[in-house]
Amino acid sequence: MTETVGPVGQAAGAQSAPGLALELEKISKSFGPVRANRDIDLAVEAGTIHGIIGENGAGKSTLMKILYGMQGADTGRMLIGGQAVDIRSSADAIAKGIGMVHQHFMLVPTFSVLENVMLGTEGGALLAEGRAATRKLLAEFAEHYGMKVDPDARVGDLPVGIRQRVEIIKALKGGAKILILDEPTGVLTPQETEGLFDILRVLKADGVTILLITHKLDEIMAITDRVSIMRRGEMVGHRDTKDTNPQELAELMVGRKVLLQVDHSPAEPKETRLSVSGLGARSQAGYKVLEDISFELRSGEILGVAGVSGNGQSELMEILSGMRPVGEGHFEVLGHRVDNRKPKDPAAMRDIGLGHIPEDRHHHGLILNFQVQENAILGYHNGEVAGAGLLMDRAKIYQHSKRLIEDFDVRNGRATVLAKHLSGGNQQKVVIAREVDAEPKVLIVGQPTRGVDVGAIEFIHKQLIALRDRGCAVLLISVELEEIMSLSDRIIVMNAGRLVGEVARGQADENELGLMMGGGRARPKVPAAQAAASGGESHV
Amino acid sequence: MNDLAFQLLLALDASIRLAAPLMLCAMAGIFSERSGIVDISLEGKLLASAFVAAAVTAATGSVWVGLGAAMLSSMMLSVVHGFATITHRGDQVVSGLAINMLATGFTIVVGHAVFARGGQTPALTDNQRFGPITLPFADQLNAVPVLGPIYKELLSGHSLLVYMALIAVPMTAFVLYRSRFGLRLRAVGEVPEAVDTAGISVFWLRYRALMFGGLLCGIAGAYLSTASGAGFVREMSAGKGYIALAAVIFGNWQPFRALGACFMFGFLEAMTARLEGVDFPVVGVLPTQLMQALPYLLTVLLLAGFIGRPTPPAAIGQPYVK
Repeated sequence: MTETVGPVGQAAGAQSAPGLALELEKISKSFGPVRANRDIDLAVEAGTIHGIIGENGAGKSTLMKILYGMQGADTGRMLIGGQAVDIRSSADAIAKGIGMVHQHFMLVPTFSVLENVMLGTEGGALLAEGRAATRKLLAEFAEHYGMKVDPDARVGDLPVGIRQRVEIIKALKGGAKILILDEPTGVLTPQETEGLFDILRVLKADGVTILLITHKLDEIMAITDRVSIMRRGEMVGHRDTKDTNPQELAELMVGRKVLLQVDHSPAEPKETRLSVSGLGARSQAGYKVLEDISFELRSGEILGVAGVSGNGQSELMEILSGMRPVGEGHFEVLGHRVDNRKPKDPAAMRDIGLGHIPEDRHHHGLILNFQVQENAILGYHNGEVAGAGLLMDRAKIYQHSKRLIEDFDVRNGRATVLAKHLSGGNQQKVVIAREVDAEPKVLIVGQPTRGVDVGAIEFIHKQLIALRDRGCAVLLISVELEEIMSLSDRIIVMNAGRLVGEVARGQADENELGLMMGGGRARPKVPAAQAAASGGESHV
Repeated sequence: MNDLAFQLLLALDASIRLAAPLMLCAMAGIFSERSGIVDISLEGKLLASAFVAAAVTAATGSVWVGLGAAMLSSMMLSVVHGFATITHRGDQVVSGLAINMLATGFTIVVGHAVFARGGQTPALTDNQRFGPITLPFADQLNAVPVLGPIYKELLSGHSLLVYMALIAVPMTAFVLYRSRFGLRLRAVGEVPEAVDTAGISVFWLRYRALMFGGLLCGIAGAYLSTASGAGFVREMSAGKGYIALAAVIFGNWQPFRALGACFMFGFLEAMTARLEGVDFPVVGVLPTQLMQALPYLLTVLLLAGFIGRPTPPAAIGQPYVK
């Protein structure tokens, strides 16, 4: 009768009375003076997909860490299946049937898939038996859920989508009844995301309760049954997904009206300011990371570079901004030719009018232990803003940074506060203020809204479009396809270090772009799920 | 000609003896470093346990009690290292250095105070040492050409602790690659978060790795003072702990490759003794100091890039914070 029992063993679960799988009552957690979670109440029905949405720093991750036993709550009660439980460690959580797929994968890259999956459930002091059992388990997962993975592949060699599959198997292997996914789609192509959702639907049908944490509204709308919204450490609302819409959710998250789409007037491109021809580069280990990249960027347009993280965009950005020497080929920026015999460093680039907003604000954009006012002149510290003399003009720097803080709406931003004490969104605003205020003729922007909340995203997007309208040539590199599509006038797509396509604004279709990002040709009308299932494997 | 072969055999035999403490320390280093804890305190543990082995043997008359005490003392130092670096997340190199300095000072001060022999322990008699063991039929088989002498001179006639060192290598490999403890150990040195979220204690795992290493170091110390020597001489470890650490790195944190590196260092040391005063063509007599410096020079040269890029455990040196 229960012939189709999956590895999770929940076949009967879906039919049983839909009780509550998980309840939280008045959960609170403080870190020093910061109250990360305040009186959180949450009720999750068994066998549903429940979304938790909120901005960065709203307390979602803290809440999940409490659920998974990685952090203890200060006060409050947790019930699983109606029974009060005390979860003090990940081992407790696992024992209570909670599995978690972490935002940063908890995988050992040098291990095989098999070794990663068996870690923690080896089934004896020696590995031989556990290996055989785990191999069987992987085969069951492949058969029942279509989650195919080569057990002997080295995890470090697998594409991200497959690695995530390994994480899911790990989370479910002990028969977890509740699966938590923390921002699972951040690193996936749209097709891989659709593939993930297909798996989640099968799990749901099997009676698994799924908690999906995300900041992407369209994902909440696409897959969840119910959604809870967090803001500043508090639960501000619960909605049935069918009774809500993205606009309402965004307003609940931010606490005010937000524009999800910025106004984007048609571009008026003028003269070419950056022309790249035949650019190539190799990694330290000697692999080709960039190959034969050619494109042009003109004044008054935003050119978006789409691609899954790690397909050469970072290297392209580093070369164009002067952080990395040119390997092969050359580029011409504002009348200056740059190749490996005539390199230019970022300072020289800034001098001729090419600014850049680095992808990683913590490592390249800011000095976290410096004050905001010092960060506000970084890279321009020899110029007019800092007094231009031998000594720095402190008063002038202070005034300059105060103006930037006001103009760019850096919240809680006093000029003398350390950069590390600002939230992610405000840190990013400092970097953007610095570069935009210098009025560059060409601006290279990397991941401008990574880890930035919805309210700040809106602001940053407006700034970039305003800059374009003042005649700047903007190259926008982002892994957020939505961002690329809403800001760019033209879009180029990168895969495995090469340019695989160019699309004009308006002709860009998320599916088609996703396929190009995954390395496939742009094929018309392939059902997304099917493409993901086959596309996911073809990377290997 | 035959004589040359015999000389080579003797040199190899000496290299095994000289490599034995290196092997034990290198395996100790692999346990510790594979779990993510830098262990430069191999040197200090080696020295301290050499002292304890000789002192306890001299006091009790039993070399076995001495060995046990040596292993215990070395494990205790490992726990100290763990307390500083795992529990309190201190800097692993600084903690290791502190243990090395502690061991140097402790052995001298206590040696003076207890035995009043200028830092040495009383000379041990033959039955208070691990003597050579003649493997079965070694003498009878000596007549067999080639294999006979190899069996007798090279394999037979070492002390029990040398055989323990030789067994420690495959045992380490077995534990690392075939046991649950080894799988978790390798994982915790690469991605401790993965171990933690799998419901396994990172702290306890690392403590156990360190203690296992301490145990092996203790055997190495006992070897120095109760098998290879007959009593403790101040600073008798003479950098062997560091050389073992170099062997771990040469061996890319893999037991058998580290064994190869230990043999190489052992062989170099054996040759140093043998080539002293030998008149080479063209260059003449090489100064002893140069020969003695050779292992260290080689270490520097090899580490400077002749052996390819080593890939240390990814999480090595970083304290684990949840």
